[in-house]
Amino acid sequence: MSLEQELKLARESGQLDALINTIPYARMIGVKGQLVGDEALFLLPANKDNIGNPILPAIHGGVIGGFMETAAAIHLMLFMDQPKVPAIIDFSLDYLRSAQLKDTFAECRLHRQGRRVANVSITAWQSHRDVPVATGRVHFRI
Amino acid sequence: MANSSPDDQKILIMAQQFLKAIPHCHKLGMTIVSADSTGVVVELPWSEDIVGNPETGVIHSGVVTTLMDSACGISTVTALPEPEMCPTLDLRIDHMGKPEPGRPLYASVAPYRVTSNIIFTRGTAWQNSPDEPIAHCVGTFMRLGKMFGPKGKVSQPKSKSEPGDSAS
Repeated sequence: MSLEQELKLARESGQLDALINTIPYARMIGVKGQLVGDEALFLLPANKDNIGNPILPAIHGGVIGGFMETAAAIHLMLFMDQPKVPAIIDFSLDYLRSAQLKDTFAECRLHRQGRRVANVSITAWQSHRDVPVATGRVHFRI
Repeated sequence: MANSSPDDQKILIMAQQFLKAIPHCHKLGMTIVSADSTGVVVELPWSEDIVGNPETGVIHSGVVTTLMDSACGISTVTALPEPEMCPTLDLRIDHMGKPEPGRPLYASVAPYRVTSNIIFTRGTAWQNSPDEPIAHCVGTFMRLGKMFGPKGKVSQPKSKSEPGDSAS
């Protein structure tokens, strides 16, 4: 299926997993997603393979980052006027608290979509949306 | 290196132990290429599982984030007398190119400033040579004190100071 078809199907069904599963890395760490109303919500289920600190235990900060980057790219593709696979330019990530071995959620905001560059921010949380574990911002070349 | 000093040998062992203790790095097959007082080099092998674009085979940028976060974290041992718990405060990655599929990616990282509370690290990801960076990274880490105190407990040598010299 082409990317356009995958995106159309995802928008219609509200289920983002098939689209996400076209990305092997996203499948490996276990990213899932769905549309809630017109908003995309992403989930990274607790998975022992994603642990960075086994003593706490805590999810690897890099996996949280990879999850947030995946969410940002999918979010951008869903809400872009003309869907293209965005290329990452840079990523800035603030870790606010350790991500425990629990389900992690993420939502994104497309702050600006120019002709060449898009700016997307991401918030990741676990138990409560207003207690984020990390916030980030990505610039994509589109 | 052929003429590594005892300190460098200790750093290498600490870096290897550090990496070995991270389950996700183990899953990705990361290894320490070198570790000494000048910094660390970490290798990430290519695999189908970490691909971001199946049409090109180029690995996902998130794996680069994981490699750089891990390498920056491990590099903190090169600047500390004893291993400490150092969680990442923030990470900034600039992607300057796409890694070639089917080949390992290397991260060369070193701390460039160590304060009583914070360790500032930076480095690059590369394939052909460190002079041809594919990504550049800056990572800031918080010092939480010694990992193992005299009785094997986590100790806090820094009296109860807040992280960050100026942060509240």
